[in-house]
Amino acid sequence: MTATTTGTRPQKKAPGTFELGLSRIGYETRLYFRSPDTLFFTFFFPFIMLGIFTAAFSASGNIGANPDGSGGVSVGAYYLPGMLAAGMLLSGVQNLAVDIAGEKSDGTLKRLGGTPLSPLSYFLGKIGQVFVTAILQAGLLLLVARFLLDIALPTEPEKWATFAWVFLFGVITSAFLGIALASVPRSGKSATAVVIPVVLVLQFISGVYLQFTQLPEWMQNLASIFPLKWMAQGMRSVFLPESFAGAEQTGSWDLVWVAGALGMWLVVGLVVSRVTFRWIRRDA
Amino acid sequence: MISIPPVVQVRDLHKSYGSVEAVRGVSFSIAAGETFALLGPNGAGKSTTIEILEGYRDRTGGEVSVLGVDPHRGGLEWKARLGIVLQTSGESGNVTVTEQLRHFAGFYPNPRNVDEVIDAAGLREKATTRISKLSGGQRRRVDVALGIIGRPELLFLDEPTTGFDPEARHQFWDLIRSLKEEGTTILLTTHYLDEAAQLGDRAGIIAGGRLIDIGLIDEIGGADARVPRVRWRDDNGTVREERTTHPARVVADLALRLNGAEPEDLEVIRPSLEDVYLSLVRGHEVEVAAAGKTSRHRHTGEATTPDAALTDKDVRA
Repeated sequence: MTATTTGTRPQKKAPGTFELGLSRIGYETRLYFRSPDTLFFTFFFPFIMLGIFTAAFSASGNIGANPDGSGGVSVGAYYLPGMLAAGMLLSGVQNLAVDIAGEKSDGTLKRLGGTPLSPLSYFLGKIGQVFVTAILQAGLLLLVARFLLDIALPTEPEKWATFAWVFLFGVITSAFLGIALASVPRSGKSATAVVIPVVLVLQFISGVYLQFTQLPEWMQNLASIFPLKWMAQGMRSVFLPESFAGAEQTGSWDLVWVAGALGMWLVVGLVVSRVTFRWIRRDA
Repeated sequence: MISIPPVVQVRDLHKSYGSVEAVRGVSFSIAAGETFALLGPNGAGKSTTIEILEGYRDRTGGEVSVLGVDPHRGGLEWKARLGIVLQTSGESGNVTVTEQLRHFAGFYPNPRNVDEVIDAAGLREKATTRISKLSGGQRRRVDVALGIIGRPELLFLDEPTTGFDPEARHQFWDLIRSLKEEGTTILLTTHYLDEAAQLGDRAGIIAGGRLIDIGLIDEIGGADARVPRVRWRDDNGTVREERTTHPARVVADLALRLNGAEPEDLEVIRPSLEDVYLSLVRGHEVEVAAAGKTSRHRHTGEATTPDAALTDKDVRA
């Protein structure tokens, strides 16, 4: 190195945490779209389910129709909010829990732990990836709903404001719950076996695949403990007509409760993630 | 002369996994620019020692300083000065070699040029191939490339050439020699004793969690372990062998005895590092076995591997 500069040090500035976080988002997102399993079971799963439900139940008429068959919404329109909520859950919880558990067992985390990458940059990358993929997924779902299934989307700005906060709040909560859940599987191979049943059962009891308002009360109460029910309810408030609010548990959309439940689960996810995450499994 | 503090300083290092003592009082130091080979059988405590120096494991006792920092407290700036090639690599690797190296280069304040590292690691033809599509030996080269991309002051190489063909191993040696020329300090563990002999300046031999010998590569084991042997086949077809510090004289005497006839299969054998190593490790095992007769806490090599200890813990948990 030649000392041609005076008063200034040679340029050896370490890259910033945020800057590296951005670089991780690009890297993680690329990896996401290169994994066929993730594409099928996380990204396209809500599309597949929406397609199946629409095809299977459309013949039995509109949901919430009057006795004379008029009114109500199409099957596709009814299931759209549930599928958006499922996408939020899959993009965060399922995606990250399986991904990080795999990275823990295949040595990726150990290698990163030996580099000057800050854990904060690593998490910025993961959460950023969840946001990028969840936004693409939701956007694509809305396009499919509008143009392929011919579902009328809300036009009121308030509805879209509700959509925005429920979506953002739900996705960040899902992302942290995914990081927290990644500490449960003992190996990368068992990760899908541990995570997928949890996510699947939640989808059944929380009103994604089955009409929530038709479920027995005990099941509705059970689902109310978990965040997915609230994400789905928030989404129903955006996409279903006001007349459907009466069928909800308390006869209204309860958006304050949606925010409260998601906030509580976000704190749980943050605390558990913070406590359980390590680059490598701690030894005795 | 200015005394430069050692890059690595280990004093009376101890590490226990539950009731199993994997490392029991190891001390050594590595000077700046030196290549130090840590040798020993599986489960001897090599990997545990190296992982403590890398900051991956906490120690039970003793003092450790790496680049002037206690690895237990080493922050990101400290990590930026290290290069670590771990013993195992098993990443799924849905990225290409170039993408991975470019990404990792971004972590460091003063990284090497990605293309130069790809060439030096012999990965030019595979630069745009996904890591998951590479052979085991090629993946190992990626590991080495990732270990040096940050221009480390201290490079840890934990069994770096496992799975390499002979040509790849020689290429790797050239790469390490060029790093040595640049002044990189290297801590190497390997099961290939010729590799240690080729690259190392000094070696330490670890067995049963203890350092049983340490010294310059061509002096370790002491003069006695390096006495040459003359071997030949006599008229009856039996192999004869003689240890001698004067092999030329023994051969001359032999030729004289045979009236100038050529002795069959004549060899002068100078003990290689491998021979010295094996006699040291066997000597240690004999000692331990003898001690085991009087003590119930006999040390077995297997039980001290970190993995075995962790598995035990997992079963209990």
